[in-house]
Amino acid sequence: MSHPAPPPPYQPPASTASPAATPGGPGIDLRGTASIPLARLVQVELRKALDTLASFWFVVGLAIIVVGTEVLLTIAIIVQEEPSTPGDYASVASFITGIGLPVLAIMLVTTEWSQRTAMVTFTIEPRRERVLLAKYAVCLVLTIATVLLALVLGFVCAGVCELALPDLTTWEVDWSVIAGFFITQVLAMTLGFALACLLLNTPAAIVGFFVYRLLPLLVFSAIGGFFEWFQDVQPYIDFEVAKGPLYDLSLDSAEELLQLLTSGLLWLGLPLGFGLWRILRAEVK
Amino acid sequence: MITVEGLTRTYGDFTAVDDVSFACRPGRVTGFLGPNGAGKTTTMRILVGLTPATRGRALIGGHTYHQLRNPARHVGVLLDAGAQHGGRTGREILTLGATAMGLPRSRVDEMLQLVSLTETEARRRLRHYSLGMKQRLGIAHALLGEPQVLVLDEPANGLDPAGIRWMRGLLKDYADRGGTVLLSSHLLHEVEQIADEMILIGHGRVVAQGDKKTLMDSHRGTRAETTHVICLDNDRLAEVLRERGVTVRPHGPGLAAECASVDVGRAAAEHQLVLTDLRAADEGGLEDLFLELTSATQREQPSAGGWAGPPAGPPPGFPPPPAPPTYGGPR
Repeated sequence: MSHPAPPPPYQPPASTASPAATPGGPGIDLRGTASIPLARLVQVELRKALDTLASFWFVVGLAIIVVGTEVLLTIAIIVQEEPSTPGDYASVASFITGIGLPVLAIMLVTTEWSQRTAMVTFTIEPRRERVLLAKYAVCLVLTIATVLLALVLGFVCAGVCELALPDLTTWEVDWSVIAGFFITQVLAMTLGFALACLLLNTPAAIVGFFVYRLLPLLVFSAIGGFFEWFQDVQPYIDFEVAKGPLYDLSLDSAEELLQLLTSGLLWLGLPLGFGLWRILRAEVK
Repeated sequence: MITVEGLTRTYGDFTAVDDVSFACRPGRVTGFLGPNGAGKTTTMRILVGLTPATRGRALIGGHTYHQLRNPARHVGVLLDAGAQHGGRTGREILTLGATAMGLPRSRVDEMLQLVSLTETEARRRLRHYSLGMKQRLGIAHALLGEPQVLVLDEPANGLDPAGIRWMRGLLKDYADRGGTVLLSSHLLHEVEQIADEMILIGHGRVVAQGDKKTLMDSHRGTRAETTHVICLDNDRLAEVLRERGVTVRPHGPGLAAECASVDVGRAAAEHQLVLTDLRAADEGGLEDLFLELTSATQREQPSAGGWAGPPAGPPPGFPPPPAPPTYGGPR
């Protein structure tokens, strides 16, 4: 006969010898605890991307450069009496942030290692793939935010020009340019993210990021100069060329899509894959 | 609450953790004790999923760390107080943790208060913190999620004496309320004062475990009992004791006699010698045991009760540990 099983009135005697592993011993009831929602991880990672001295001043510096450039540009256009649209200003702002933002994406990943915060991050959320996903989401959020801010800045500058040169200022925005820019920006962020995961070191990843974009140009043109057949292969392995149709949203042939996929896999997929694999497997010290 | 079974971690040829098994129970502070590089940190890192185990498993409350959803709400972890971004303020670090764990901001203030970090200090950036302040912040971070289990690696490192006493009270209180504490240290006295149970580890292996009394009792046979005594006439007492075959040597203002204190008392009574101090010299016992069990150069233990004077110089090489009679393991 089984007893009605009341809560045990006393704790099992505390034997001084080390108790053999007691699988049925005191456990942790997980039913009351929910996983950390991904949105909250994104929120935390976004805050982490901006809350250190380094990242704070990086963003402030970038903002000063962008605003300064836009002010000079506006003055120049007014003085020269040139025609302009909000898109002109927006693309200038986006161009500058397009260089700076990937650095922020890189730091978001690498500082976890250089400052050894990965130990804390991965004990709070041991499912590392979720942390990485959240970090990548932050990269996207930052990209969207900058493109939007660039647009706002574009309209403000165009507004100033409108007051000075009402006849030369038009309010038309070429949305395909903005969209194309957004896509390239996302790709650049992804590359920065991938290299950061792969190298786990801020300077190396930043240098790598810029070398990565210049080196293929040199190498491919050199090889293409020596071997003629290479020119047939190049579009399939040259990501910079294959990306071309994305900038102006003119990607329309299956061949171009295939070239984008093969070269993208080579230049973006491989480092990203190895980088993620490295972080998921790494012993965090 | 914490169950570690046959845990092994190798790095190439080097075995950092070698078949380690132990358990930590709720309401108890378990001290994880061993010299530097003995494998304490690696074991703790495996426990919280930062390092994969080569073999064996480590469970907390019946789950692996990865299985705990929102683990920081169950397990408070402090492995390295310096592993925080130097450019963040103390408050910011706690706020990030509280946000991730899904806790209200008020928890941050509570924790800052608990570890006695003032508002001004909390606004300073971590790189300007002293080691003791980092340690306090780390404790606050570990306690944020109101965990049932605490895993702390060298928590008293860098704390001043008052800080160590504070920590002791904090952890005792935590365990008294039913919490499970596993803390590591290479400082015996620190652990001895705080831990209900101890796990001694050396070269990646658990060499002894149990509470202090069990540890001492289980190794009582291998050591000489020593009594410290001060007598008005030390010389005469030494003479009397030596007549009875007891080894006596000067010790501070009195003598150290290698026998039970009752024997010293009896001898003194019989010869009407006045003692001003008489006590069993137990303090050194645990330390000796610790060093003996964990040191690389374990000295040969006399098998029977022969404690002939100072220990013979350690023989060259690394003799096998004394406990198992024949231990054919390769060194």
